[in-house]
Amino acid sequence: MSSTPMVDLRGVHKCFAGIEVLRGVDLTVRPGEVTVVLGPSGSGKSTLLRTINHLEKVDRGLVRVDGELIGYRRSGRKLHELPERQVLRQRSHIGFVFQNFNLFPHLTVLDNVAEAPISAQGRDRATVLGEARELLDRVGLADKLDEYPRRLSGGQQQRVAIARALALRPKLLLFDEPTSALDPELVGEVLDVMRDLARSGTTMVVVTHEIGFAREAADTVVFLDEGRVVEQGPPAQVLDDPREPRTRAFLGAVLR
Amino acid sequence: MSELVTAHAPPVRHEGPDDDADLTVVQARHPWRWVATAVVAVLVAMALHALVTNAAWDWATVGQYLFAPSIIRAVLLTLQLTVLGIVVGFVLGTVLAIMRLSPNPLLRSVSWTYIWIFRSVPLILQLLFWYNLALLYKSISFGVPFGPALFEIGTMDLVGPVTAAVLGLALHQAAYAAEVVRSGFLGIDQGQLEAAAALGIPRWRRVRRIQLPQAMRTIVPTAANELIGLVKGTSVVYIMALSELFYQVQVIYTRTGRVIPMLLVAAVWYLVLTTVLSIGQFYVERHYAKGALRVLPPTPLQRLRATFARFRREVAA
Repeated sequence: MSSTPMVDLRGVHKCFAGIEVLRGVDLTVRPGEVTVVLGPSGSGKSTLLRTINHLEKVDRGLVRVDGELIGYRRSGRKLHELPERQVLRQRSHIGFVFQNFNLFPHLTVLDNVAEAPISAQGRDRATVLGEARELLDRVGLADKLDEYPRRLSGGQQQRVAIARALALRPKLLLFDEPTSALDPELVGEVLDVMRDLARSGTTMVVVTHEIGFAREAADTVVFLDEGRVVEQGPPAQVLDDPREPRTRAFLGAVLR
Repeated sequence: MSELVTAHAPPVRHEGPDDDADLTVVQARHPWRWVATAVVAVLVAMALHALVTNAAWDWATVGQYLFAPSIIRAVLLTLQLTVLGIVVGFVLGTVLAIMRLSPNPLLRSVSWTYIWIFRSVPLILQLLFWYNLALLYKSISFGVPFGPALFEIGTMDLVGPVTAAVLGLALHQAAYAAEVVRSGFLGIDQGQLEAAAALGIPRWRRVRRIQLPQAMRTIVPTAANELIGLVKGTSVVYIMALSELFYQVQVIYTRTGRVIPMLLVAAVWYLVLTTVLSIGQFYVERHYAKGALRVLPPTPLQRLRATFARFRREVAA
């Protein structure tokens, strides 16, 4: 096992308009692992996920991905904020899948997937397009290359979004409630793709309410409440035998 | 559902479910629509009658001057002023809009001040300022700011009447264009920016490839409005004695005394220019609707073909 963790959060704090959303979160994700973050709404799950790729700037604490400090450069005792271009370069190695898909509505499915590898990573257009086709085939959308996103179902759109994130050949994939905006019958097709990715050894951090997915696919389950990690461990322990009363109360409410 | 079934169920009526297959729909009648149609038709007929029968309109003179070389030249100048005004205006306006949305407070306030001044001062006044620029600055020099000049040029030589007119129209237009473009950018879903940021797409690429095409959906209709406004707005330039359309017809009617027909000539040409632009607007809007609408509206040609096909089917049936 590699000694550098893929994600390493140390004492992360974040405030929004005076309200402390994260109050000192430590989190370690090893390469190839799947971490599922659970917690009641407002517990800071999404904010936590967004600090990993610097969509949210942290107020205090350090974020490292694959050993590299995110958003800052350290020299001695000082942290220098990185210029936007370098932050964008760091992000282009971290895939992010949104709750509302956020596909570009004016671009075809194929262009949605191929845009960032070409413009953010400067890779060869023909190679990228070839890879994009393969990825869309992998998520079962080989016949939708030239469609516009609005003409697809929610589940299909989210699968395009996953292909778009994968096209960057990311070291790490972040999922922010990827199935919460979907009709119940479409959740399965997205979870299937995610399970497939988990099996193939992709490092993933997933914020979700899908306890079933956590049980099957997670290596670690983290329970977050009021901006703090309350409990973490293998799914069998956290989900089936939680130590903390708050975890138990949450699971009781979700699994009811 | 059950009520429907019972309604059909009574055995007395001898109606099997098969009878439902060949029901015909009788469309609802709208008597008031017919009344309104008749009233409007009479009014339109009266208006046309007044236009044609009153000799004062002098349609013969209109026909005589409509394609006169001096008028055609004037139309071309009007077109030139419009195109340069709108292109320069929108390029500058886009820059101003991006400045106003920038996090840099100096850029923001410069843009705000520009828009404030150029929207506040009447166009006709601005045009006269540009026309009389030589009174303010005799010569214009190019070189190091506040330092030595590399070369100098007389203001009169650099800013002739046409340049003054284009400058005046474009700089005035830019202030409005900036707000049109800004509103387009403001209308974009925040999630689009987040997605672009999360994918690491560089800033300028994001503006060009993600934001601008989506902003165009809101920008185009308003921009077309501005463009059509400018076509007619160019007529203000007549105070600079530039022989655009409105000035030219005035020149002709002061000589010939045929005021009404000459005004009609100008009106017809403005109508033609605006019509062409409106048609262009339809296609540009359609282009930017890609992905936003599930089905694009048919072009007039497609609609014509569809009607023709339906007609043929009906004849065949």
